[in-house]
Amino acid sequence: MLAQFLQFLFSGITVGATYALAALGFTLIYNASNVINFAQGEFIMLGGMLAVFFTQAGLPLPLALLLAILVPAVVGVLLEKLAIEPVKGAETVTLIIITIGASLVIRGLTAVIFGKGTHSLPAFSGDAPIEILGATLLPQSLWVLGVTAVVVVALWYFFNRTLQGKAMLATSYNRLAAELVGINTGWVLFMSFAMSAALGALGGILITPITLTSYDAGIMLGLKGFVAAVVGGLGNGLGAVLGGLLVGILEAMGAGYISSAYKDAMPFVLILLILFFMPRGLFGGKSTDRV
Amino acid sequence: MKKNVFFGLYLIIGLLLVLPFVLPNSFYLDLVIRMAINAVIVLGLNLLIGFAGQISLGHAGFLGIGAYASAVLPTHFGWHPLLAMGAGAAVTGLLAALVARPIFKLKGHYLAMATLGLGIIINIALRNEAQWTGGPDGMPVPAMGLFGFELSSDKHWYWAVALLLSVSVWASLNLIDSPFGRALRALHGSEVAAQVVGVDVVRYKVAIFVLSAVFASLMGSVTAHYGGFVTPNLADFFHSIELVTMVVIGGMASVYGSVIGAVLLTAMPQALATFEGWETVAFGSILMLSMIFMPKGLVPTLAAKFGKGE
Repeated sequence: MLAQFLQFLFSGITVGATYALAALGFTLIYNASNVINFAQGEFIMLGGMLAVFFTQAGLPLPLALLLAILVPAVVGVLLEKLAIEPVKGAETVTLIIITIGASLVIRGLTAVIFGKGTHSLPAFSGDAPIEILGATLLPQSLWVLGVTAVVVVALWYFFNRTLQGKAMLATSYNRLAAELVGINTGWVLFMSFAMSAALGALGGILITPITLTSYDAGIMLGLKGFVAAVVGGLGNGLGAVLGGLLVGILEAMGAGYISSAYKDAMPFVLILLILFFMPRGLFGGKSTDRV
Repeated sequence: MKKNVFFGLYLIIGLLLVLPFVLPNSFYLDLVIRMAINAVIVLGLNLLIGFAGQISLGHAGFLGIGAYASAVLPTHFGWHPLLAMGAGAAVTGLLAALVARPIFKLKGHYLAMATLGLGIIINIALRNEAQWTGGPDGMPVPAMGLFGFELSSDKHWYWAVALLLSVSVWASLNLIDSPFGRALRALHGSEVAAQVVGVDVVRYKVAIFVLSAVFASLMGSVTAHYGGFVTPNLADFFHSIELVTMVVIGGMASVYGSVIGAVLLTAMPQALATFEGWETVAFGSILMLSMIFMPKGLVPTLAAKFGKGE
């Protein structure tokens, strides 16, 4: 009973950590530009696919992983420079369509270059499962959780203790005011896309040894990351992390105890319930309307 | 000005009257029928996106409810197709109203999120409940009978769909000029201002959302009967995106834009088939480029260029 519960919990927080990284990506871009980046899932996919590709090309693992984070970051910056900046101030619908277009281009190119097959990555430190109270935990899960924890702490430090981080926060509160005190908001936009793509890619790399990856793996991961961001109250960093974990755990519990066929539907049921009963998300603040 | 507005409608009717006699074969007839069906769906969706300024990322889900109501109810329960179609529309309308009421009290991206979630749940349910829906493989749909007359040949379908499109364009043109339409445009312009002059913002938004969802459900039934077969792909996220894209490419808040957007995007897969393997890349690029260079959409951009307002 307990072993089973623990088993679901472990798999839940592992995949939840990936959702958390994706949700942080959504949050970063949303705060900097008010754009919901529907291409976020493709960065997750790109991270995993590129890691597979670079290791198969014979690069040592650390270098391969680094490149698998850097390349998506460059793609993210290109997306911002080429497609988001030229339409500054456009309607929400327009921005949503642009990022959806970008996600199709990234997904399509990946399919053309790497094919439509499913790929896997060897676990970073072996496959020998660790037994805890009758449940098993993969060493890769520890990697996922450990790296996510490090990233969250690093981000917290960046936003609260460094000038650049504070500049990004200031821009998200009030762009005009930030510009007036001399913050380069163009740079902030640039950084948010780079960081958000890198975060997504990192999540994709970490989870690939457990869940495998393919050119179309980003759709669901991205949408669930979006759910996690909204659960946490869109724009709230800590909320995004907790939202990600919550979505992951709920999905694993739902699949285990209710119906595995409806596993993918769980996050979306959750979000509908939250929108009905706690419309600002679990951790969102109050919003007022400015006229 | 008034004449100007309806000129496009006469043009569409004229074209629809001539087309079946000039189209070389049934392949093109089928393409035009599918274009017209999509155009009607997009007209409904554009009322929501273009006139009320709200986006639905789950419209294919509503299409799916209609389509599967028309497939499942007559097959498993022996319902008359018209009754099944009505039942699908009623369920869709109720569901839309149930979801919309709390959501529209919020602002921003929440309707996008809620409709996205709803669409995905509907799609997953259609895939999983295989004993009713045939699962991912889909199921056949019985033919549509009207007063003892069965809609079967492509020609019959063509005239039925052509009539449907003409009436929908006419109704949309009238609707946006009615008090209801004016209220919608007012709340897109400024919600607060609309509220101040006495528009019940939430009620109008819910009404237009329900209307466009019911539209989608009815057209889902039509699609199902016309194709004779439904699969869950009809209700998937990608199809929802395609529908939104048709609205945006043709032109938000433009009745004729909806028709043009539907025509272009229905034809696109045929045109892109030559780019084997690159279809997705081409489709995505077209989306991005048209939004970057023509964020208002084709028809309003061209109309502004040639100095004619719609």
